[in-house]
Amino acid sequence: MTLSFRRRAVNAVMLTLTGVCTFLVAGVLLVILGYLAWNGATSLSLDFFTKLPVPVGETGGGMANAILGSAKVLLLAMLIGVPIGFFAGVYLAEFGDSAYSGVIRYATDLLNGVPSIVIGIFAYALVVQPMKHFSTLAGGVALGIMMIPISLRTTEEFLRAVPVSLREGAMALGASRSRTIFTVVIPAAKNGILSGLMLNLARVAGETAPLLFTALGNPFWSSGWLQPTATLPSMIYNYAIAPYDDWHRQAWAAGFVLLVLVLTVNVAARFAIGRGSARGRS
Amino acid sequence: MTEKLETVSPKFTRDPEAQNLNAGSSHGDTPMGNSSVKLAAEHLNFFYGSFQALHDVNLAVKERQVTALIGPSGCGKSTFLRTLNRISETIRHTRIDGRVLLDGADILNMDVTALRRRVGMVFQRPNPFPKSIYENIAYGVRVNGLTKDRSLDEVVEQSLHRAALWEEVKDKLHQSALALSGGQQQRLCIARALAVDPEVLLLDEPCSALDPIATAKIEDLLFVLKNQCTIVIVTHNMQQAARVADDTGFFLLGKLIEFGATEAMFRKPAQKQTEDYITGRFG
Amino acid sequence: MATQPATLSPSSERSFLQRIRSGDAVAHTLTGMAASTILAVTILLAYHLWSGSSLPRSAFGWSFVTGSDWDPVAEKFGALPFIFGTLTTSLLSLLIAVPVGLGAAIFLAELAPRGASDALTFMIELLAAVPSVIYGLLGIFLLVPFLQSTLVPVLVSTLGFLPIFQGQFFGVSVFSAGIILAIMIVPFIISVSREVLLAVPQDQREAALALGSTKWESTWKIVVPYAMRGIMGSVFLALARALGETMAVTMVIGNKPQIATSLLAPGYSIAAVIANEFAEATGNMHQQVLIELGLVLFALTVLINGAARLLILSTKAGGK
Repeated sequence: MTLSFRRRAVNAVMLTLTGVCTFLVAGVLLVILGYLAWNGATSLSLDFFTKLPVPVGETGGGMANAILGSAKVLLLAMLIGVPIGFFAGVYLAEFGDSAYSGVIRYATDLLNGVPSIVIGIFAYALVVQPMKHFSTLAGGVALGIMMIPISLRTTEEFLRAVPVSLREGAMALGASRSRTIFTVVIPAAKNGILSGLMLNLARVAGETAPLLFTALGNPFWSSGWLQPTATLPSMIYNYAIAPYDDWHRQAWAAGFVLLVLVLTVNVAARFAIGRGSARGRS
Repeated sequence: MTEKLETVSPKFTRDPEAQNLNAGSSHGDTPMGNSSVKLAAEHLNFFYGSFQALHDVNLAVKERQVTALIGPSGCGKSTFLRTLNRISETIRHTRIDGRVLLDGADILNMDVTALRRRVGMVFQRPNPFPKSIYENIAYGVRVNGLTKDRSLDEVVEQSLHRAALWEEVKDKLHQSALALSGGQQQRLCIARALAVDPEVLLLDEPCSALDPIATAKIEDLLFVLKNQCTIVIVTHNMQQAARVADDTGFFLLGKLIEFGATEAMFRKPAQKQTEDYITGRFG
Repeated sequence: MATQPATLSPSSERSFLQRIRSGDAVAHTLTGMAASTILAVTILLAYHLWSGSSLPRSAFGWSFVTGSDWDPVAEKFGALPFIFGTLTTSLLSLLIAVPVGLGAAIFLAELAPRGASDALTFMIELLAAVPSVIYGLLGIFLLVPFLQSTLVPVLVSTLGFLPIFQGQFFGVSVFSAGIILAIMIVPFIISVSREVLLAVPQDQREAALALGSTKWESTWKIVVPYAMRGIMGSVFLALARALGETMAVTMVIGNKPQIATSLLAPGYSIAAVIANEFAEATGNMHQQVLIELGLVLFALTVLINGAARLLILSTKAGGK
């Protein structure tokens, strides 16, 4: 009797605790969003999107150059990382049954696990050192390398999810293997792959560490691709650790903008994937 | 074409089992009946890795007739069908041994894409591409570069007519094929296969995922289509075989047990195993 | 009748030409080249880390990882404080994140109705998408003040007898870094653990319940052990992430190369020192030392990721 009471008590207490854990974590998200939204929205102004940063001591200014810089770095990263990851994903999903594809998979997993700061060192050695200066290009290379593994994985995963019956349907009509892949399989997986690409972009959009000594930073507009450039994440970092209140406000505004972008893309892409896979199953 | 066929036909009497089943056939005169042979398997063996799924199958499909393949699940009837257009090759570690002759030429020596244009296939579950109805039909035509002589619109309309689907979809050709019902999707797949003018149409249990009304529509369609091409249909439904097929083959454990005119086989099977299966004693 | 070799060879030649014409060989080669690029990048990365750190490896050998003096101007490079800081913050974060994450995963997999569970998991996975620099920002302006005003005084007054909670607290510290890291890795633990818990066959639960177990007993004694390797895998993945995490840690750890007993003291981590010093490295040796630190980090994460993958794979195989 007492034993059963003790067991029931333990049961109730532990189950309650698991619920507490869950709402603690979910609560953290709400606190983060709330705090950032409050501080960010009150610091945000139109100037943030249109003006250059101002020197220490002056108030106002914005981060227009960092927004453009981030966009440029991300564009380069996409151009570098996505084609490699995509085609390699096609290879693994459609042609990969050899020991060699096992090797590629392992290399991809390794690359995916490499800390972003180490990727930064690598991009430095690849681009900055030979060219002898920091640049948008170097930042794009760093983030591009980071995009490869996820780009590969999403491509492979969504291609494999395309039913065999569709491939057989196309091949039974006389389509060659490659024709089947490019006209039926890839279009069928298109939504998933594109959503994966958006998630991938959102992930590297917030990366800071690999940009610190590749894109470096720049208080002015950066012309072309071979100059150092400011980016949104590195501006957040520099402004947050600086001792000026006005810079802190700018950091909040930048953080808010970045988070809104990243979370919006995440929510949209996840819904798109959810819908796509639900339709594929029916 | 005819002279090739003459070199093919005699081979079918070589197999003792084939001779045996010919004895039970009601077509007493020649083993092949009066039609010419379109597609013939000779000593066909098929392997998944080390597992042998087909054992020395000899079977002749007659031109412009419906040939049905029956047998319990896993008996090899679908495997056999899938060797006829070499779609079986898309599965790794498989091996075909023996010959399959299409108009007397070995399909194993043909270019596989050309073969598959001539030998179309419809699968167990409808598998329309996630594209529009129009694009589904146009796919095979484009792939095979057949757009030169006729306009694509014409081919699409004609194919849908042939599959008895035109009236139902003519106003929504550019909508997604996935919005159609199961039966309509399957007829779309038939239309898609017909669009490239195949000489042979292989159907792998085409009605197993459909309701009785949709099934009846497809069966009606087969009666019309057999005037235009040769049809081989795999079915688990013996009534269906009895309704639609001119010839029927019975498979068991990877072997072709009996092959002959449908009517004769159902009335008076030559083999004990066939009789057991038909009368529902197992399977 | 077997196919004669005489008819075989011209036909296979034809089919090879056909394959090129139909694009299969082209597609195979093109995609294979993309795949090979990944292999090349990975090898090149490892090579650069290795060859880029040859100077300090030959100058210091193993004393690099055992020395604790760090003075780039005097060319004194002992990496122990950074290794210590990386390990302490990571382990501290696991200490916090594993129980909380496992608890939440149990709740989401075993108790919550499927709809609510999916919605909550969706929210929690969004936490994993928050960029680390934003965690750093919140660390500086939200977490550190909160620790200073509330949590640490309570800890010091209750557990102050422990050496790890002694000394002056400046806000930035190993402790703060550990907490920020815990928040960052907990979504991974929850998301992976929930999945492996959901993969435990229903009959395991029913068997336990049928024997008169309470819900908690069946979960803790049957379901969790069944999924243990997958859960361990998620913990290793989280650990690998914590070890390599840069920005958030750099912003709250205090960046002081010392080995202190107290968690409340400032520290430094491998990733943080690379982030702070690489761009302005004074001279060749300094830069190469930082690359060697990158090599250490790389080796650590390769090991831990490998272990995690093995664990998750073996659970999947075992689960089937």
